[in-house]
Amino acid sequence: MTITDAPKIVTGRLAAHDDAHTIARYEATDGYKGLRAALQRAPQSITDEVKAASLLGRGGAGFPAGVKWGFCPPGVFPRYLVVNGDESEPGTYKDRILMESDPHQLIEGILIACYAIGCSQAFLYCRGEMALAHERLGEALNEAYAAGYVGKNILGTDYSIDIVLHWGAGAYIVGEETALIESLEGNRGMPRLKPPFFPAAKGVYLQPTVVNNVETLANLPWLMQHGAEAFHALGAENSRGTRMFAVSGHVKKPGVYEVEFGVTTFRDLLYAPIYSGGIRGDRALKAFIPGGASAPLFYEEHLDLPLEAGVVGKAGSMLGSGAIVVMDETTDMVKATRNLVRFFARESCGKCTPCREGTTWLERILDRIIDGHGRPEDIDLLLDVCDNISPGLLWPPKQTTICPLGQSATPSIVGTIKRFPEEYERYVNAPFSTTVAINGAAYLSPPVAAATGGSAE
Amino acid sequence: MPRLNPDNIELAKEILGRYPRPKSALIPLLHLAQEQDGWVTDDAMEHLAELVGCTPAEVLGTCSFYEMFKREPVGPYLVNICHGISCHLLGADELLEHAEQSLGVKTGGTTADGKITLEEAECQAACTEAPCLQVNYRYRYKVANEAFDQLITDLRAGKLDDEIPPHGTLARRATRQHIPADRAAGPAAVDVNVEPVWLSRNADASEAKG
Repeated sequence: MTITDAPKIVTGRLAAHDDAHTIARYEATDGYKGLRAALQRAPQSITDEVKAASLLGRGGAGFPAGVKWGFCPPGVFPRYLVVNGDESEPGTYKDRILMESDPHQLIEGILIACYAIGCSQAFLYCRGEMALAHERLGEALNEAYAAGYVGKNILGTDYSIDIVLHWGAGAYIVGEETALIESLEGNRGMPRLKPPFFPAAKGVYLQPTVVNNVETLANLPWLMQHGAEAFHALGAENSRGTRMFAVSGHVKKPGVYEVEFGVTTFRDLLYAPIYSGGIRGDRALKAFIPGGASAPLFYEEHLDLPLEAGVVGKAGSMLGSGAIVVMDETTDMVKATRNLVRFFARESCGKCTPCREGTTWLERILDRIIDGHGRPEDIDLLLDVCDNISPGLLWPPKQTTICPLGQSATPSIVGTIKRFPEEYERYVNAPFSTTVAINGAAYLSPPVAAATGGSAE
Repeated sequence: MPRLNPDNIELAKEILGRYPRPKSALIPLLHLAQEQDGWVTDDAMEHLAELVGCTPAEVLGTCSFYEMFKREPVGPYLVNICHGISCHLLGADELLEHAEQSLGVKTGGTTADGKITLEEAECQAACTEAPCLQVNYRYRYKVANEAFDQLITDLRAGKLDDEIPPHGTLARRATRQHIPADRAAGPAAVDVNVEPVWLSRNADASEAKG
């Protein structure tokens, strides 16, 4: 076990105080000190410091934040910052906490980032379904404007910027950065082709745009106060600092835990009494998702891997959005897989054929397998459709589409068919069902099909 | 069918004023229309098209993409039962089945008294509190069947109206962002290529009063 007493960089305040969302509490607990420190410095030195800290993006892709900032082409203005608060990857629950419970920390992070990058306006895109976060962020911004932290001539300096709170309206795909930008321009949230639409070069209104995740930005106030060295001293390999992980599913104590990045292991998070405390009813672990619904499943043998981006990547999955979903031995893996696949099928934006058609067919095939109408060849058919979406079924996956949504539906199918083939076989080899479930109601299946054992389709 | 009322037109203009290009305000304005009427009417969409300077078809194009915008009336209480993976593992299917039976409607339907619309929703980011649901996007955690029935009884009796505003209202007015004119930096015009003044400043930024 590797449980460290690393500081809670982003959740310390909200864990200690119920009123962490108010400006009074924020100012009383070192609030806006990082901004004051930043304003004394040259913007470039802040970017350099964030690079030196190797702060990885906390949204899912894990790209180094400082490097991303440096991609804006010189001499092209205005630059914009877009804050990705459209958290909606199944299993993921961290950015909402930061927005609801410590909004000023995020606002301060935005101000530091915009100062360093030279952004002229920031848009805080908050997922539509998070009403409390809208209210808390709105109130916090109003307080911060009144106190002179945001807006014109911040803290009496020549630094001026507006942070515009922007509400989403319910679309997972908008978490993809180019779709986020489309949405921010008032359009359907469909991803743009990269190249040429790399946001750093051609983002919002085709201007240089940095898109950063909420948790990433929330690290900046601490980083400005304590320095890159202190941040880099935490963690291991390329995964520095701390990270929030939401552990949910079949554990005794589901929760969101901020732990030292790169050091703490899955076993620590799942079994340590101070974290999730083990599997419910002391049952056996069957599988777990290490990084959100897009990540390939891990099993018992992966428990001792550290939560380190590179190590997890080499082991065939990813830390993604910090969402760990635990499944015990009672889990029906075919139904769990259908649940994951259905999500991607419903959230596919429809722009690219392999994703739009592929995910939809995967869902339909899984539906019929679970409804008792599966055919033995359906298992190969599932793999074949997956292969059409992501050729070779490799990790990291090959992409046939503009964004990675489509391929994200495939790892759970491929993984569970490989690991639990008997569960699929049990469904497809079961005696032909005489009833079908349609929206939860039971209907008799056509007698001719039942009599011949053929397909009802 | 209503267009935006005068108060909301004022608010719409304030929102429009924050963006370098007006169409960026479209999703916030669709929320405003839905707040006014409980759903997004055709007339409201036409009005928004005038306000942001695009065609009504483009407004419909955007509106129809996003799950939260309802283009037909729903009840004042929209109950969204999460069926994300974490909730699935902890009984979301059973909760949904119970909800359908106790409300007497299928997913997507509205109860006979017109009060409650039931939907299943994608992951709501409360995975550690499964199974969860939202009423008008306000959370209820670890919902057992009995708790669900009590919630519905309370909603119908209007007991939760202080906490849960009617469908369409995301943030209550007092908590909406308002940028005071004397504090606004203003939207960053797209076609003016000027480096921000502070960017080239060197390390001895002595004017910082911090």
